Amino acid sequence: MGPRSRHTAQEGDTLCLLEINARSVSVDLNNDASLLIDIPDALCERDKVKFTVHTKTTLSSFQKPDFSVPRQHEDFIWLHDALVETEDYAGLIIPPAPPKPDFESPREKMHKLGEGEATMTKEEYTKMKQELEAEYLAVFKKTVQVHEVFLQRLSSHPILSKDRNFQIFLEYDQDLSVRRKNAKETFGSFFKNMVKSADEVIISGIKEVDDFFEQEKTFLLDYSSKIKDSTARAEKMTRSHKNVADDYIHISATLNSLSVDDNTALKKFTNVEGRVASDEELKLTELLRYYMLDIQAAKDLLYRRARALADYENSNKALDKARLKSKDITQAEEHQQQCLQKFDKLSESGKRELTSFKGRRVVAFRKNLIEMAELEIKHAKNNMALLQGCIELLKSN
Amino acid sequence: MDPSLSASDIASSTKPLSEASSPPVMDLLSEPASEASSAPMVDLLMEPASEGSSAPMVDILSEPASEASSAPMVDLLMEPAREGSSAPMVDLLMEPASEASSAPMMNLLMEPASEASSAPMMNLLMEPASDDLKEPPKPDIDPLADILNDTPLSEVKTPVAAMPQETPSDLFDDEPSELFAEPRQSNTAKQQQTSIFDEPDEDLFSEPLGEASKNPQNDFFKEALAPVAKASNVCGPLSDNYNEHPTDIFTEEAMTTLPSAVSTVSVNSKTNGVHSDEEEPDIFAEATVELSLDSPRNDRKKKGAAKPSAPAPAPSVSASASKPQPKTLEELEEEVEDKFELNISITNPEKVGDGMNAYMAYKVSTQTTLPMFRSKTFTVRRRFSDFLGLYEKLSDKHTPNGYIVPPPPEKSIMGMTKVKVGKEDNSSAEFVERRRAALERYLQRVVFHPSLLQDPDVREFLERDDMPRAHNTQALSGAGFLKMINRATDSLSKMTIKMNESDVWFEEKLQEVEAEDQQLRKLHIMVDSLVGHRKELSVNTGGFAKSVAMLGSSEDNTALSRALSQLAEVEDKMEQLHQEQAASDSFCFAELLADYIRLLGSVRASFDQRMKTWQRWQDAQNMLQKKRETEAKLLWANKPDKLQQAKDDITEWEAKVTQYERDFDRVSATVRKEVLRFEKEKARDFKKQIIKYLESLLQSQQQLIKYWEAFLPEAKAIA
Repeated sequence: MGPRSRHTAQEGDTLCLLEINARSVSVDLNNDASLLIDIPDALCERDKVKFTVHTKTTLSSFQKPDFSVPRQHEDFIWLHDALVETEDYAGLIIPPAPPKPDFESPREKMHKLGEGEATMTKEEYTKMKQELEAEYLAVFKKTVQVHEVFLQRLSSHPILSKDRNFQIFLEYDQDLSVRRKNAKETFGSFFKNMVKSADEVIISGIKEVDDFFEQEKTFLLDYSSKIKDSTARAEKMTRSHKNVADDYIHISATLNSLSVDDNTALKKFTNVEGRVASDEELKLTELLRYYMLDIQAAKDLLYRRARALADYENSNKALDKARLKSKDITQAEEHQQQCLQKFDKLSESGKRELTSFKGRRVVAFRKNLIEMAELEIKHAKNNMALLQGCIELLKSN
Repeated sequence: MDPSLSASDIASSTKPLSEASSPPVMDLLSEPASEASSAPMVDLLMEPASEGSSAPMVDILSEPASEASSAPMVDLLMEPAREGSSAPMVDLLMEPASEASSAPMMNLLMEPASEASSAPMMNLLMEPASDDLKEPPKPDIDPLADILNDTPLSEVKTPVAAMPQETPSDLFDDEPSELFAEPRQSNTAKQQQTSIFDEPDEDLFSEPLGEASKNPQNDFFKEALAPVAKASNVCGPLSDNYNEHPTDIFTEEAMTTLPSAVSTVSVNSKTNGVHSDEEEPDIFAEATVELSLDSPRNDRKKKGAAKPSAPAPAPSVSASASKPQPKTLEELEEEVEDKFELNISITNPEKVGDGMNAYMAYKVSTQTTLPMFRSKTFTVRRRFSDFLGLYEKLSDKHTPNGYIVPPPPEKSIMGMTKVKVGKEDNSSAEFVERRRAALERYLQRVVFHPSLLQDPDVREFLERDDMPRAHNTQALSGAGFLKMINRATDSLSKMTIKMNESDVWFEEKLQEVEAEDQQLRKLHIMVDSLVGHRKELSVNTGGFAKSVAMLGSSEDNTALSRALSQLAEVEDKMEQLHQEQAASDSFCFAELLADYIRLLGSVRASFDQRMKTWQRWQDAQNMLQKKRETEAKLLWANKPDKLQQAKDDITEWEAKVTQYERDFDRVSATVRKEVLRFEKEKARDFKKQIIKYLESLLQSQQQLIKYWEAFLPEAKAIA
């Protein structure tokens, strides 16, 4: 299927229809034909992006087999939060929420370009504008993709796909009109995060009872810090690669106006170089970024489990105390049992989740690394052909 | 194409001049002068032309000879009668001679000089001329013999006159190989002369002479002069030099003397009539025009080529500017390019000395088959300031004539200090290499220029072992500061001068050049930023590689872990690749641009020079206008006593105006030629460099493919 994404570039007042190869970049999902979700269309207005979420299903829990609803980024966030807050899913890795669409940087660049128009030749300007538009589109494309991936991961999860909120999200054909978090809530969630990280530190002191989790914990902690680093560096790298590509644009434009007859080569080279940069960005950085988030999610799971463990231990202590005082023994026993149950359940599903996460990660890395290598080769070959052509052209005249 | 043209040209120019008279000397001179303008003269000139092989010789030798002999000698002779300025002149001539201090040379110098200032010398000058002029009626009988008889005298003038002006050494040294060297040397001589006349106080003369006396070529000098002193057969020493065709040359030599004598006479008479100052640029013009015609023929060792054409274009160029000129020049230039046989390389930069007095010395190796050099391969050591010194010399000599003198790389105090301090790090090594390459390109540009290659300073620079230290290189001393001020005033006058351009070509070209300059500067900035960004990319890639390696080490899936460390390796190589590419960006591309930004500066300087000569011409015209007005006023006021003075002034300024106009035309022609040459070279240079650059890109892409292809199976092996 070739889903199309419509987008309105606010500055360029151009309505671009672009093809998005919407097959997930970062995750390889075992597609369950019973629930297929994609975002065929998205409309960008100012800061808001309206996604059209299209669902195709054979499940009887849905009223129709095929339907589309308009959704905004905030709706996705709401869905994610709802899932995270559901007690029952504590033992699951909740797919990371899609990041907020960021059109600021291309927009800013566009603005800068407008300011610098006077210093550039017309050709250079058009070229830069084209390039920025392409970048804008790429950002847009990426945004659509991460939202789509979020939904697809939910739909392919045996438990999460049955979630009521998820189904509402997919099916309810009116505007969900979820409230945006107000200031207090934003602060609240910020505070919650603070508590969580403080808690994490405390809990990390607790002796792990299960080797598997112990290992996973150290691995994930280590891995997450490293992948964070890699992501940052990959971003830096692609950014400087983009700079190089931009330089080529300027150079080729200037060469053009210098009327040196051999600029065609460099100009085409520019395009290729730019594409290398954006592909690199798309493949590698996205992969890393996604897994950075995913690992965060896994870490959250571990945190929740550790929390449960701590609770269990606390309840044990409480029970001991109660027994000592021969007071409220049954109540304490009950609580201790609950905690144990919860912990066991969490551990069990956590184990399952983490194992599948590992497999998923490896598969995704493989896919993306292969694709990236292939793309690099493809671009390099393109470049070579171009350069060779140019050199021959130059030598002949 | 017709020698008679030049003859009549000379003749016609003598006419008005001979009219104005300075009594006693003029009587002597006017006679042959007017005779020179008569038909027989023309016949005489025709003869050698028809003889073919001898003709070019005649032209070449006659031009400078007459010019050289006329200028200082005539001044010596004539000036005393007219102005006080002649006194220092004589002193100037004498002074260097005594400074030269080699006994025979001094004698030689003194002898003719003193002779010159006395009547006998006049006779010497007159004799050949009048003899020749008497001859024509029966030239069929034995012109050669006659001419031979007369030779010594006229020939005497050549060396003697040339002597005070640095020329002789080269003159005698190089005659066999490159005839065209002569007009150019007289060119130099001319410059000096003019400046001497302008500022008699400056002892410009002593310098070249002193140099000449130090010169090994001194020997030639003496040798050549010896027979002169004896006033015996000139052919002796000259034929020593002409190894190839002694007999031919012999006759040529003989022929030479003929027109030389004639032109001497005509010039003399001219000088007589008008201020000598005006005379010289005139001759100068001819000399340079000849130069531009001759220089491309440096491949021609025999004098047998189609030389008769030389005199004809000479006046036509100065008169009718340049339409046909560039074409022929271009054609000739093509020849030069084809036969270019000079390779210069700069290698082995080496630090000499320690501390702040340390400097880098470079090995300058020349490989050539050009006969103008003494051997086929030779090497000298030069330091940076020597290169700057060479530029200063060349620029002083050639820029005023509208030539585009390639500029050397800029002084870099930062870079050099680093080298001096002795930091053996990358950046200083890069700096040295960058400079080495820049110097090499600079020198190659210089020797690639057909006219600059002929400059004795260039040859000295390439050949001479003990190069005198260049002192006034910019930024070293006050001289640089003075230059700066000069430049400032130049640009100021540039702003104030509003030239109403008569030639659209120049206007368009100047605009083109200016636009190009802008573009190149912009491009240079961009390439610099490209280099910067690529370096950044390289660093970031390296960082990423390390990070990925770490990630790989903590990855628990072994296959993925291996793939990641492979990826890290690939990225590591990419880092290298980017680094290399950045280096090639800057070496292939940025340096080229920097070169051309500097070169465009020189191009603009030549345009400015043209403007300056134009301005001078205009000023002279205004002056003439004023003089005419004064005359009219005087006429009206009926003041006959001052009228004569006013009339003299008018003639004087009229001559100046024509002279300056000719100057302007000449400089215009040169500039046009130079710009065309420059453009051609630029196109070639850019093409070459861009191809080189693209190839470097191509190579890095090939590497890239190799790396990724090696990586691909690793990625696929992840299970």
